[in-house]
This record gives sequence, C-alpha cells and structure tokens, in this order.
Amino acid sequence: MIKEKTVFPYIPNSAPEVKAQMLEEVGASDIMDLYAEIPERLRFPGRMNLPEPILDEYSLKRHLTDLLDKNQNCMDFLNFLGAGCAQHFVPAVCDEINGRGEFLTAYVGESYADHGKWQALFEYCSLMGELLDMDVLSCPLYDGAQAAATSVRMAARINGRREILIPQTMNPETHQVLVNYCKPDLSLAEIGFDPGTGQMDLDQLSQEISSQTAAVLIENPSYLGFLEPAAAEIGNIAHDHGAEFIVFTDPICLGVVAPPAQYGANIVCGDFQPLGMHLQAGGGQGGFIATRDDMKYVSEFKDLMFGITETIQEGEYGFGEVLFDRTSYGSRERGKEYTGTTTGLWAITAAVYLSLMGPRGMEETGRTIMQMSQYAAKQLGKISGIRLAFRSPFFKEFVINFDQSKKTVVEVNRLLLEHNIFGGKDLSRDFPELGQSSLYCVTETKTKEDIDRLTSVLNEVI
Amino acid sequence: MGRNPTTLLRKFHQARWDEPIILEMSTPGERGVLVRQAEKAVQTEVGDGLSAIPAGLRRTTSPQLPEVNQVRVLRHFMHLSQETMGTDVTIDISQGTCTMKYSPKVQEHIATRHPGMADVHPWQPESTMQGLLEVIYKLDHFLREISGLDRFTFQPGGGAQGVYTGASMVRAYHAARGDRDRSEVITTMFSHPCDSAAPATAGFKIITLMPDKMGYPDVAALRAALSERTAAIFITNPEDTGIYNPRIQEYVQAAHEAGALCYYDQANANGMLGIARAKEAGFDLCHFNLHKTFSVPHQCMGGSVGAVGVREDLAKFLPVPTVEFDGRQYFLNYEASASIGKIRSFFGNPQSMLKAYAWIMQHGADGLREAAECSVLNNNYLEKKLSEVPGVSVHYAADKRKLEQIRYSWEKLFQDTGVGTEDVMRRMADYGLQHYWMSHPPWIVPQPFTLEPCESYSKDDLDEYAAVLRQISKEAYEDPELVKTAPRNQVVHKVPEPSIDEPERIAVTWRQYLKKK
Repeated sequence: MIKEKTVFPYIPNSAPEVKAQMLEEVGASDIMDLYAEIPERLRFPGRMNLPEPILDEYSLKRHLTDLLDKNQNCMDFLNFLGAGCAQHFVPAVCDEINGRGEFLTAYVGESYADHGKWQALFEYCSLMGELLDMDVLSCPLYDGAQAAATSVRMAARINGRREILIPQTMNPETHQVLVNYCKPDLSLAEIGFDPGTGQMDLDQLSQEISSQTAAVLIENPSYLGFLEPAAAEIGNIAHDHGAEFIVFTDPICLGVVAPPAQYGANIVCGDFQPLGMHLQAGGGQGGFIATRDDMKYVSEFKDLMFGITETIQEGEYGFGEVLFDRTSYGSRERGKEYTGTTTGLWAITAAVYLSLMGPRGMEETGRTIMQMSQYAAKQLGKISGIRLAFRSPFFKEFVINFDQSKKTVVEVNRLLLEHNIFGGKDLSRDFPELGQSSLYCVTETKTKEDIDRLTSVLNEVI
Repeated sequence: MGRNPTTLLRKFHQARWDEPIILEMSTPGERGVLVRQAEKAVQTEVGDGLSAIPAGLRRTTSPQLPEVNQVRVLRHFMHLSQETMGTDVTIDISQGTCTMKYSPKVQEHIATRHPGMADVHPWQPESTMQGLLEVIYKLDHFLREISGLDRFTFQPGGGAQGVYTGASMVRAYHAARGDRDRSEVITTMFSHPCDSAAPATAGFKIITLMPDKMGYPDVAALRAALSERTAAIFITNPEDTGIYNPRIQEYVQAAHEAGALCYYDQANANGMLGIARAKEAGFDLCHFNLHKTFSVPHQCMGGSVGAVGVREDLAKFLPVPTVEFDGRQYFLNYEASASIGKIRSFFGNPQSMLKAYAWIMQHGADGLREAAECSVLNNNYLEKKLSEVPGVSVHYAADKRKLEQIRYSWEKLFQDTGVGTEDVMRRMADYGLQHYWMSHPPWIVPQPFTLEPCESYSKDDLDEYAAVLRQISKEAYEDPELVKTAPRNQVVHKVPEPSIDEPERIAVTWRQYLKKK
C-alpha cells in the first residue's frame, strides 16, 4: 500500500494539488527554493526526532484526557491550599465570555474592529477602580508578583531613591520575583514581625526607614492571612519620610475590607485571580496596579492604557492609546520597563465577574469568606496538638501550628491526602521560625460539612 | 448572495451595538449572581464575621460597582465580543510577526474544561499532578529537538517576559564568572522592542544597530559595538522584514569572540520549524512564544508562555522550579545552584503549555515542517499577489525570497494619493478583515505594514485578502477621501485624535471620565 501524504486539517495548503499550484505561481520548482537565503550549513539535516503524531482528533482527545486524568483535582478532593492562588466561585457567565472565540483569538487589533476588546479592558480598569477606590489602572500585568515588582520600581522612578522596605512575612514567591526585578539598582530590606500577631514590627520600621527609602510595601491581607491593623500608621511613617506607601491586597476582600487607598496607599497592587479565574495550576493569575489621578504616578505605568474619547460621530464612544511613549512598544529601551503580552483575557473575565457581583455580591462574598474561615479556624483550634499561630484578625487564610502534635506538616498532609484532602501549604521551609506550621485557605467554596470533615479527619490523624 | 466571485469582496458590516459602558447600566437593587451564604450554624457560631475586622480596616462605603441582572451582563459582554474581530472570525493575515494561526478547538476544550487542568492547585503534591508534569516535561523535550538547545523553562507569562528571563540569565552568567563589567546589550532596530526594553529592565545599557541598505543589521557596526563590556546580543532572524540574514553565524561568532552570549528571539519561529535551528547558528539562548508558533490563542493579549531555552552550561541559571523525571515519577526541582529565582508565580501558564503540547502531538516532525513550509509558501504567494497592487512595494531585498512575513510599504500610494498606511489600515475592516499591523516606531520603512499569512490560511483566503488591498488601493486612487474617512462599516467611526495624552483628557477609567467630561 502506498502511504498517502497527510493533509493536515489546520494547514489547508498541505493538500498536494494546491501546494504544487502555488509553488508554480511563485516560480519555484521545489519548496526549498523558498529557503534559498538559509545557507546549507545552517539547515537542520534530516528529520526532527519527535513522537509520531496522533493525527486524528478523537485519538488526540483520548490521549490528552488520559494524561489529565492522572491529575487529582480540587473538585474531587477537598482543598485547603491557597498561598497566592485560591479556589473561589466562578460564575458560569465568566466562562461563557472568556470562551467566546472573538475574545479568545483577538490580539493587538486597533480600537475599530476590536472596539469591543478595548471597551472590555476599559471596563476592567473602571470596575477595578471602583473596587479599589482608585482612579487609574493600566492593562493587566503578568501576575501579582510582577505587579508588586513594578510597583516598587515605579516608586523608585518617582522619588529617585533606592531602598525598598518589605515585610518579612511576604509571600516568598513574590519576594523572589522582587529580588530579581530589584537586582540592577534597588535594595530590599525586610521588616520583622510580632511573633504573637504576625503584624509588622513598627519600631523596627521606624529605625530602618530613612531619606533613602523609596517605598514601604505591605501586604494586607498578608500572605499569612492576617490583617494589618496598623496599616494607616505604616503609611504615615512612610509618608513622613517621603517614601511611597505600596499595599499589595487581595481584591476579593474589598467588599468588606477597606481599600488601601482609604488608609493612605499611593500605589495599590495585587493579583486578580480570585475574580473569576479557575485555578489552572496557577495559570489564572493576573496582576494589577492602581493609583490616583496624578501625572506623577500615571506617567510611570509601564503597560498599555486605553483612554475613552469620542469619535467623529457625536456621543459615540471611541478609544485610544494614552501616553504610548511610556511603553517599550513606543520607546524601546527608553520606555518604563518592558511591555508585552500579559493577561488580557483574564482581565476581561474579571470585568465580567465584577459586573455580575455588583456591590452586594462583593460584600456577601467577603462576609461568607470571613465567616467560613473564622469557623474553620475555631474548629481546628480546638484540636489537641494544633494551635493557631497568630491571634490577629485574618481574611481567608490563617496559620495553624502542629508543633505540639509532634508531627510535621509533611506527615499531616500525607495523612490528609489518604482521605482525599489537600491540607494547607507547608510553611516550615519558607518560615522555619514558625515551626511546623501550615497555611490554610478557606473561601466561600467551603461548606460547614467540608470544614467539619477536615476537623474530624485531623482529629483522627493527629 | 455571498462573496462576489469575481472581485472576491463581501458586503460586510460589523456588529454595531452602540453599547453603553457597564457602569452606565446599573439599576439599583438588581443582582447579577447570588453568592453562597454561610450556613445558619456557622453564623450562630461566629456571628456576622465582619466584627473581627479592625475598625480602621472595615469598608464603610460600598464600591460603586454597577447593579445589573445576569442576562443583561451576559448580553453586554456578548455584544462586546461581537464587536471584536478575533482570528476565529476573520482571515487574520494582518497582524504580521504575531503568527495569528488557528488555535484548534479540541485542545482548547480540553484545556479549559477538564478538571485535571482547570481545577488543579499549583501547590498540590507532585504525586497528584503527574499528568501535568508529564506534559511540561515532554514539551521541554520537544522544544529541545525543535531548537537544538538543551533545556527549557515555561515560567515566563509571555514573550517579553521570556526575553527578560533571558536577560536575567545573561546577567547571572557573567556575574558567576566574576565578569562584572559586561553592562551592554546589543540589539537591532528590526528586532522586537522587548529585545531592547527587557535587557534594559534587567539593568543593561542598550546599543541598537540600524539596518544597512539590504535591510540586515550592519555587521561593521556590530563589530564596532562589541567590546569587553558586551554582555550579549539579542537578535531576531529573520527580523520583522522576513529576510533571513545568511551571515548570522558571523554575528554570533563575533559576539562570542568578544565574550558575549547570543540570544535568539524566536518568538515567531513559524517559518523555521524543522528547517533551521538556534543550535546550528550558534546561539546560547532562545525563546519561542507558545501563542505564536505553537498555536496557543492570543487571548486579547495573554496569558501565554514565553518558553526560554538554553545551552546545557546555562541550565543552572534557569528559574525554579524545573520539572524532572527520576525514571518513575515526575517532580519539581527547586534546587538549581545558580538559579535567577522566580520570574512569575508558580510554573507560569500550564493550560497554554498543554495546548502547545497538543499541537505538536497532532503534527509530529513532518507536520511541523509542513506548517513551516506552507507559511513560507503562503508568504511568497501573497507577495506575488500584492506586487500587482498599485502603490505597494517591498522596501528591502525585493529580489530575495522572504520567509514567513514581509514588511511592505504604501509609500508610493501615499505619494500618489495622500492616502497613508493608517488610512488603509482603518479601511481594511470595512471588508471584514482585521486591521493590519504597521510597524513599531520608529518607521524605518515609510508607510509600513507587516503581513504574515501563516499556514492556517488557504489559497482562497490569500486571494480574498489581496483583493481587499487591491480594492482599497483603487479607492485611494479614485476617491482618497473614502479611505481617509474610514471606518464606515465597523463598530464605531473614526477617532479624530487617537492618542489622548493631555492630563485633562486622560480617562482610563469611568470615574476619571466622569470627573473630566
């Protein structure tokens, strides 16, 4: 049997007749004539060593499904992992809209044929602005960690100073990204915490801050879940020394927790994954930065900004680029940092999420998270061998310590896994000073029954 | 009646919903979705939950989000999607250098709907995400074969972040050798702006080489720029012009002789799959955009992956974690001795990695090469068709074969009619085609436009595309105002001043607009 040449359904001109006809039209006798500019010695000899293809769609689907079936997931398992990526309720309309082919496959088209994309991204900025009580946002950033990094660089560009103060309790991943971004010319110093509350040591902050300090950055709620009641005071200390006050926040708390702008933050940043994105093993992250309407700040954003204006038709909205020369698309290396493809579809999804939620939805979600997480902390705190690491108020996440149980978090989590439960994030490596501690995340997706089950299993295994 | 069989033109009108901004659509009291409340027993035990929030941190005024019922929210965003011209609805040859190829639905559906992808938490134990780690591990090996380099990371969330990752590794490489004076990166004007901006963000001083008369980066200028201060060269080949630089090895050798590393921006490698690789040309690092060459959808600008590959001796600088296999289990390795640390949280965008994996698995070595060949064939075919359109020219190397894309020029049309490339661009979508991309500034090629007819487009698609440009050229010569006042059949009319830079006019949010209007 003669092996037929494969015509690939995604490559229309792989049909031999068409390919031959087109070659003739371009005056080439062989396809390699078109590669005449690549010298022979630079060409790849032979055939790439890749697996034989799965040509038909059904078999491919089986193959991919079989692969993904090897993963456990947070629908089948009871999940208490958070630590930068949290399991929240995703309204069906969010999935419907981000699955729309027009949005899914659009890219950098202008504001005419892609007007809808520009409007959706403008609405993302507008809705986030209301939630954050801030005036200005750019198109989204890669993730919260990078938003934090760009925030500190913005601060340094604004005041020309070089030192950044951050909390010792910071998300270690964010910290690592910051270290990388600050390497060229900024230094990071960590401010310690009160071992009883986790909150920032204000005495140390007052000692470390100086006229060299570009910014003080805090997380509120913190990586370890606690709220920072002295946030306004930290802001005052920063401002008294001429430093910018940056707050990294979790946007899903802002229905019930004050937006950082209301307690003095100049730059607010964070990750909007909680606003309508599935976990996707971390693939749903998206960063934001927000400031007041002050050119001192507006000029330092690095990403695209879409401004609303009018077309030649009176009363018709149109959109245009704002301060394009800030971006590296406009000014290459003279732009503010680099600009690129980030997380547009997730920003549109967040816009859908906030539109659906409205003020009441955000308030109720915030309240449910407060209640469920407090309930969980209370139940777990009753277990002998477990104690809550901090006595601070918290949102969504809290630290429990297993030292008295004589078990490591690794052991506890292994036992929980046998009961189809993903226990909290092990903190013992990143925060050895907290002993055998674990960060538990309880969102509105957890029911009383879920928490009671966790409690009963923990009671059993400890 | 359908498309006119002779002119290949359509009577097109894009959706125009005259859609308000969502914040104008509020009806107090309406709800878009109801959310879960804590059980009564929970409420009894912990109260309202809110009293735990310290007084100064309680939100006292509701966010001014709109109150809109669900179907109206759905309709609103459906309207906005219809007012967006994605690749799923148009022949998107227009966004040259971006490789707007078809993103197969089968891989999209599985990546978004399978709970083994959508509902996996990044901190799950490794034993519970073996399938995902296997995908990443194998994709790494595929790209090793495609590039000839030895190790890949998929952590960067896009191409520019990939270049930044590369620049961070270049910095770490020289620092590890104690070579602390290597403060300069050399790039070229026709390389992507991120090839200068990302190394600049990593702390390097940038030297940009201008093209010579042939359109190649000037090799004499390169030699003059290289010194003991050069950390690396960051270049593309072919550049935006689509011309492969046959002397690329000379550039690489010259850089290596000066002690610099060579970074190959292969964001778009679509014409090269199975034909030529980074390794044979001597590069030390490279990156691929999975949303260009490897079919991941562009998603209104992300998220995606800039997959960065390195030579074996640079692997120790890669971001952590890397995905390894011990013969039985896949696992995450955080122990790289000289790692640059982290660029993005977790492992990047795994759903995009799955799609790229699926695309490669469907094509194999022969299919990848077929994609490259057909993209180059399409490009040469379209060039031939456009050579017959009055007012179009190819600025550089008109006599040479181009690879996957070409930077064209409307300079003659502009001189003849006063209709410039921006006018034609706006007019495109009146015929149902996405606006083409012109060029990053500065415009070295006058009145530029850049087309990339990748393998997803049929001969008939190319003919229709050329027919539209021919029609607009005709309009420009006969009735220039018709083109200059476009758009006509699109979502909105022309914006008189598309750049809005005065502080009193800047409105990037609705509240800013209300304050200033």
